[in-house]
Amino acid sequence: MAARAVAIARGAPGHVAAALVAAVILAPVAAVLWRAGGGGWPGPADWAALRFTLTQAALSALISVALAIPAARALARRRFAGRRLLITALGAPFILPVIVAVLGLLAVFGRGGLVNAGLDALGLPGIRIYGLHGVVLAHVFFNLPLATRIILQGWQSIPAERFRLAASLGMTPTDVMRHLEWPMLRAMLPGALMVIFAICLSSFAVALTLGGGPRATTVELAIYQAFRFDFDLGRAAVLASIQLALVTLAALAALRVTQAGGFGAGLDRSLRRFDAETPALRLLDAAVLLLVAAFLLTPMAAIVWRGGAALAGLPVAVWRAAAVSLGVAAASTVLTLALALPMALAALKRPWLEVVGLLGIAASPLVIGVGLFVLINPWADPTALALPVTALVNAVMALPFALRVMIPQLRDTVADFGRLADSLGMRARDRLRLVILPRLRRQIGFAAGLAAALSIGDLGVIALFADPDIATLPLQILRLMGAYRMDAAAGAGLLLLTLSLAVFWLLDQGGRADADA
Amino acid sequence: MLTLEAVEIRQGAFHLAADFSVETGARVAMIGPSGAGKSTLLDVIAGFLQPTAGRVLLDGLDITALPPAQRGCAIVFQDNNLLPHFTVAQNIGLGARPDLRLDRADRQRVAHAIERVGLTGFEARKPGQLSGGQQVRVALARVLVQRQPLVLLDEPFAALGPALKTEMLGLVDELMDETGATLLMVSHDPADARRIAPRTVLVADGRAEPPCDTGALLADPPPALRRYLGS
Amino acid sequence: MKYLALATGLFAATIAVAETPTLTVYTYDSFVSDWGPGPAVKKAFETTCDCTLKFVGTGDGAALLARLRLEGARTDADIVLGLDTGLTAAAAETGLFAPHSVSAEYDLPIAWDDPLFVPFDWGYFAFVANAGADLPANFRDLAASDTSIVIQDPRSSTPGLGLLMWVKTAYDGDAEDIWRGLSDNIVTVTKGWSEAYGLFLEGEADMALSYTTSPAYHMIAEDDDSKVAVPFDEGHYMQIEVAGKLAGTDQPELADRFLEFMTGEEFQSIIPTTNWMYPAVMPQGGLPDAFDTLIAPEKSLLVPADEADEVRDKALEEWLRALSR
Repeated sequence: MAARAVAIARGAPGHVAAALVAAVILAPVAAVLWRAGGGGWPGPADWAALRFTLTQAALSALISVALAIPAARALARRRFAGRRLLITALGAPFILPVIVAVLGLLAVFGRGGLVNAGLDALGLPGIRIYGLHGVVLAHVFFNLPLATRIILQGWQSIPAERFRLAASLGMTPTDVMRHLEWPMLRAMLPGALMVIFAICLSSFAVALTLGGGPRATTVELAIYQAFRFDFDLGRAAVLASIQLALVTLAALAALRVTQAGGFGAGLDRSLRRFDAETPALRLLDAAVLLLVAAFLLTPMAAIVWRGGAALAGLPVAVWRAAAVSLGVAAASTVLTLALALPMALAALKRPWLEVVGLLGIAASPLVIGVGLFVLINPWADPTALALPVTALVNAVMALPFALRVMIPQLRDTVADFGRLADSLGMRARDRLRLVILPRLRRQIGFAAGLAAALSIGDLGVIALFADPDIATLPLQILRLMGAYRMDAAAGAGLLLLTLSLAVFWLLDQGGRADADA
Repeated sequence: MLTLEAVEIRQGAFHLAADFSVETGARVAMIGPSGAGKSTLLDVIAGFLQPTAGRVLLDGLDITALPPAQRGCAIVFQDNNLLPHFTVAQNIGLGARPDLRLDRADRQRVAHAIERVGLTGFEARKPGQLSGGQQVRVALARVLVQRQPLVLLDEPFAALGPALKTEMLGLVDELMDETGATLLMVSHDPADARRIAPRTVLVADGRAEPPCDTGALLADPPPALRRYLGS
Repeated sequence: MKYLALATGLFAATIAVAETPTLTVYTYDSFVSDWGPGPAVKKAFETTCDCTLKFVGTGDGAALLARLRLEGARTDADIVLGLDTGLTAAAAETGLFAPHSVSAEYDLPIAWDDPLFVPFDWGYFAFVANAGADLPANFRDLAASDTSIVIQDPRSSTPGLGLLMWVKTAYDGDAEDIWRGLSDNIVTVTKGWSEAYGLFLEGEADMALSYTTSPAYHMIAEDDDSKVAVPFDEGHYMQIEVAGKLAGTDQPELADRFLEFMTGEEFQSIIPTTNWMYPAVMPQGGLPDAFDTLIAPEKSLLVPADEADEVRDKALEEWLRALSR
């Protein structure tokens, strides 16, 4: 017996969007395979790279999530001035471009960084950031904000009444953990682990720069080698397929374990927690928040410090590139929403559609770029299409996050108002206009902000298609670095960081303004 | 006339059969223990759920497979009757045109309905700025605007206090007098039935009994209802 | 009549615009950037050629070759500029290049007689360090010292590959030993030159693999003479950057003119302070003064282009083995 209410989730446009996304990711891989005339079997070095990739991705996901639990708990049960600002600022590393972030991390953890300066002053031996631990550290830096947001949303989904009930029953914090928080965590953690695992799987520059040598070879580097060094397109495509298959498996496994768990705008409220009002727990939460804030914000401060001086004297080409990046981000944001909304609607009935969205995280940028090149080249000048292609690929990369933000709220909206819309006889278009879009304003604003910020920071595939006259900001930063202008690059990095955060903030606020509960 | 013709609903272990008619313009309450299937039966009448077997007819027309909005019924749910981002006037306007493109006549109907339920001056408020009673009034005003021959109430007053509930039932009574619509009201409170529904359908033990006189039913309840009433 | 004449004039002008030929040059990205030689070269060539010079930038030299292989004979390129001697054999093997007719007085440390490729600049790989530090004199010294270095991955970077070849030509059978000795000096291996050089400037390592010409940038652009290239007594590996004409070009004459122009005065005088390499043909004005202060290696190392592939594969295997332990 099919309840008619789900008729609100019209599937066709969602399937079209999902097919388009799958095509954008899979067609290039297929094109590379086709161009190669078949696959190439990975060699022993490639398998070693796969092992390292899996190890670092698993460790990064586990540690990010493990640290996010106390951080999210502290944010969920404490109220203090500047809490919202802190949550926003803590999200910054996630939208930071890799090259900028690594320099920020080194300013703190590097040889001449703050930590080593401090240890030296105390007469203690220094630390070395390079190696597996450095790779994991950087990945935790990038993904702890994401994990914290996902888990914080879980905490906020526990009704306040349950905590009041727990208080009236005299539950200790341990009891609350066992009876209320652990069931929530069990529902949220698989999703969080899987997303971060997928993100770290295709990590390249971080793993290479901080890995300390060829021991830290990732699959993406193996793909580079296959492509550039051996020009073995078949092997490159097979490695990219393995990467995609791993993420698909991880995503399906996580989806099986839980349907719940999103992250995002959510209802941002902190609950009064009667069980947690002991001085010891207050101290613990304060310490956790201070440590997390120091870990995430000190490298950001270093980026500001390092780039501030050069910001005023940036060459015109950098400002021009910033304008190009903003344009690409605008197009990419619109595309992300245009894909995410129908896919989210269709995913209410068919959750596996979200897995298609996740592929974007795991796709090898190099293979996607090469594949698109192979596909476009016979028909058009790839250089002329550099910006549209970059916007499209950036949109696909931001899609999984947009879906994660929108699906839970969409599910609630359909559950709450689907029957009302049915009984009033609203047509699909009216439902979208009058019910769904207004109800999803905050999520759409958040997703748009995320998509825009990620697009601004992402080098994407443009490096393969670059047109000398229209560079994006990340490409211009690379060019500055390639021309010895490290100071100007740091200034441009700060500009990029500022733009990303500003765009995110504006869109996110736009979604919140005048939004009725 | 609303007719349930050999209707059967099965969902796993749940089972409910109904076979009865309700006269046009009648006011019928549906009472029974929770979990017996009152709301499920209402869902079948409203078109949210397809029965496993049987037909639903309204004035001789088979509406079993029609979508909810084309069956000639207006419904007020327990909650989520109002879209939080719309004003009172807009929420009521949805009853006139679900795409909210109202013409002058529609707006007049809305204004009249607002006046009728006593919400003049509240047109521009949003649901979040209204009390529980006022929210119910908005939903009832929309029913008025919808002008459907059949009105279904799915316990919309359950969360209201006794005085407010009496007031709302009174309002419903007046509105039905005005429109001449047939009313079917799910309630778990026999007092509601006594107040405005001369006839009552008892839903219990996998069966929805044909409507019978409310007073007589409550005065001499059958065993199933007696257990429910606890008397 | 006046109008007719005007109209004819306009028409002729339109045709002239439409017939301005375009020369498409594929090159690496940093060549075309606002801070590379690209803009000045474009301006200089276009004033003489009555044509449009269109640069298309793609990654680095290896990415350039990969792109060419992807496009094959259908490529729009008339010229490919920016391959080096490590890549020319593979490039020649594609059969896409046509012989050139350039003869120039090259100022290269080696004799040049390649029929397909014309050199436009060259340089020596070297470690760059801060002046005044206690610096090693060769790879053995370096391996025995505490000096920390940051290098590029040969699988993703041209200088990284250069270092691989450097150690291999200098030590041949002992190369793996040298790498094993260096493994504790290597702070990290980066994706490309910029990351490595950036890490060195941020103080993450004592030295970074770069070019002997790198200190000239700091002297000329930043008035900073604190950076020095470190002379190694086993010699320095060379990088010679070349360009070639595509056999399938629809502008063969223009392409020849460009290659000629490339070895000429104007192009060559742009190179030192934009690409920060030595010009392949010494311009009349010579080099900027700062170049006089640079180290001049006593011995130049270079694997002949036709052996490059074989040496490279073996060297990479050794490198991976030595550093993966």
